[in-house]
Amino acid sequence: MNRRTLTALGRAGGLLGVAAFGQLVGLVMLVATALSYLLGLVFLLPPAVRLVRATTRLQRRLAAEWSGVTIDEPYRPAPPPPQPQRDGWYREGRNLYKTPRIPAFNRRLTWLTNDPATWRDFAYLLVNPWTGGLIVGIPVMLAVTGIPALLDGNLLGLLTLVIALTSAPAVAPWSVRVHGQIAHALLAPTEKARLAQRVSHLARTRIDAVDSQAAELRRIERDLHDGAQARLVAIGMTIGAAEQLVDSDPAAAKAMLAKASEASATALRELRQVVRGIHPPVLAERGLGDAVRALLLDTPLTSHVTVDLPTRPDAPVESAAYFAVSELITNAVRHGGASEVWIDISHQGTALRITVTDDGRGGADPERGTGLRGIERRLAAFDGVLAVSSPVGGPTTAVLELTRALEETIPPLPRWKGATIGLCFGLCWIPLIPQGIVTMVMKLAGAPNRSWFLALYLPEPFQWPVIIGMICLGGAMLATAVTLTNQVKHAKVDACA
Amino acid sequence: MRVVIAEDLHLLREGLVALLRAHEFDVVAAVESGPELLAAMLRERPDVAVVDVRLPPTFTDEGLQAALAARREIPGLPVLVLSQHVEQLYARELLADGTGGVGYLLKDRVFNAGQFIDAVRRVADGGTAMDPEVIAKLLASNARNEPVGRLTPREREVLELMAEGRSNAAIGQRLFLSDSAVGKHTANIFAKLGLAPSDDDNRRVLAVLAFLNGRQAP
Repeated sequence: MNRRTLTALGRAGGLLGVAAFGQLVGLVMLVATALSYLLGLVFLLPPAVRLVRATTRLQRRLAAEWSGVTIDEPYRPAPPPPQPQRDGWYREGRNLYKTPRIPAFNRRLTWLTNDPATWRDFAYLLVNPWTGGLIVGIPVMLAVTGIPALLDGNLLGLLTLVIALTSAPAVAPWSVRVHGQIAHALLAPTEKARLAQRVSHLARTRIDAVDSQAAELRRIERDLHDGAQARLVAIGMTIGAAEQLVDSDPAAAKAMLAKASEASATALRELRQVVRGIHPPVLAERGLGDAVRALLLDTPLTSHVTVDLPTRPDAPVESAAYFAVSELITNAVRHGGASEVWIDISHQGTALRITVTDDGRGGADPERGTGLRGIERRLAAFDGVLAVSSPVGGPTTAVLELTRALEETIPPLPRWKGATIGLCFGLCWIPLIPQGIVTMVMKLAGAPNRSWFLALYLPEPFQWPVIIGMICLGGAMLATAVTLTNQVKHAKVDACA
Repeated sequence: MRVVIAEDLHLLREGLVALLRAHEFDVVAAVESGPELLAAMLRERPDVAVVDVRLPPTFTDEGLQAALAARREIPGLPVLVLSQHVEQLYARELLADGTGGVGYLLKDRVFNAGQFIDAVRRVADGGTAMDPEVIAKLLASNARNEPVGRLTPREREVLELMAEGRSNAAIGQRLFLSDSAVGKHTANIFAKLGLAPSDDDNRRVLAVLAFLNGRQAP
């Protein structure tokens, strides 16, 4: 008995215990469901479901940690709390309520009972002891039945004990693994639930994206309205006045024109600021790497930038990544008091990954900082994520990753490979079928007609070896073609992953 | 003085041609795209080229790339780059070969014809003309740099103007100082920054820019 077996046995025992406990919880749920649907005691249902979910959550965690089977949560997102109407009442269908308690409870109840995952959890708890539970129970049960029999002096007990001990190294880890797979069947989200989660995620990120776009547009409108637009009006008026004065007081007209020219320079400067906020010119001209370099040159930071990108990402992705990095750098300078920053822009398959590390004070928290929250929201529109590690005292490392940001780069097929695949697929059937299998049939049938079957023209002793050789050659060609094709396909998948 | 102009906006191109002709420049070519510009510069070998950064066909930094390529072919070919925005990154690339004869200005500077023509002449003579905005950013990012912090306000003003590429005489005119006073300030600046003094205006400017740029490895 080595350590691995002992661990597996311990885990099997644990899983058995959890299964038994789950059975109890399942019975509680059964009673709660019966009472709520038959007697209308609906208030029993939410706590029972909460208990069920806590148990299955434990099962999912154990499946991941012990059985190596990752099971995602299948639940629909919780309903938002009810909002009061303008008169302070809460409307729920045709009814009005003074406090949000009842509508909130109703929403919760509908959410819980309408979610198929609730009932799948319930079914799992009832079924599990009789499926996964039995399997993890095998080694334990063999021992349990063996020991009392042996104590009674029954030799059959010794036999079961020996079987239990000798089979344990193989059976125990296997049973833990199978338990996890069975749990996966009922506890994992169904394809429908997965799609529903994806849709609600997309709906949320779309709203965020539209909101932030609208806010951006309003900001730009305000900037233009208060800045360049107002200046252009002033310039127009100054030039008009200068026009009036040009005959009577040329000196004053000249002074006014100088003023107008000055104002136009200011307007240009303001426009440049606005443009920089919309889409920085360097980003358009040079791409992400140089735009980040240019950005860092304008800060007092010492910077180290490494860029490894095969292609330029799409403009919207590039811009989102740029503004995210820009915000991170601003944070590093303003809140972190950093003096040095390392930025690494790289790709992994089609994913774009940017790491920003600074030597500042640290202590940045995405939960509190609205800036980091903003970055997350902006990235979410492109299925991007931000991970920040910022212990107090520094250093701060932020990693942002945008999946599918880059065009997939498929390595070109080596010419010999393509030619071999084509040749093998194209010609393998000639030795395989007419010269191989069909000839064999003709030979077996003893047909008098030799037609164009090569082997039949040879002297008798060579006929069978040539037929078999032909079949082998054809088979080998087919196998080569299939293997090479699979290799190419895998290379493609790896490039996309 | 023979000039090549590259600018894709028709009105601005004609305006530049008219302005330079009015100041007795000989405009030998006025082109509107990157490849044309490179060909024109190599063919005409002008005394100075006035180039817009963003040009067709890609509307990225075609103009800058063409200018840099031409300077690789003909070292020291004077180029004055114009742009709607200025970036330290581009300034650094233009100055990288250390031969001078480069200018980098905002397009707005064309408004002030006198100063613009002065900048074109300076670049044609192998000097430099950096936009005040580039220099301001350059000094701002050197703010934590110890020797720059030790300069007096007056010396900082002189340093700014010097970095823009102006001669001692021009600096004196701008700040209402005598030539000897400017000379004293520049000597102080060079001593504080630890640079070897030089009588040659151009070389001095390049030394200052290299110092300010030297903060980070490019």
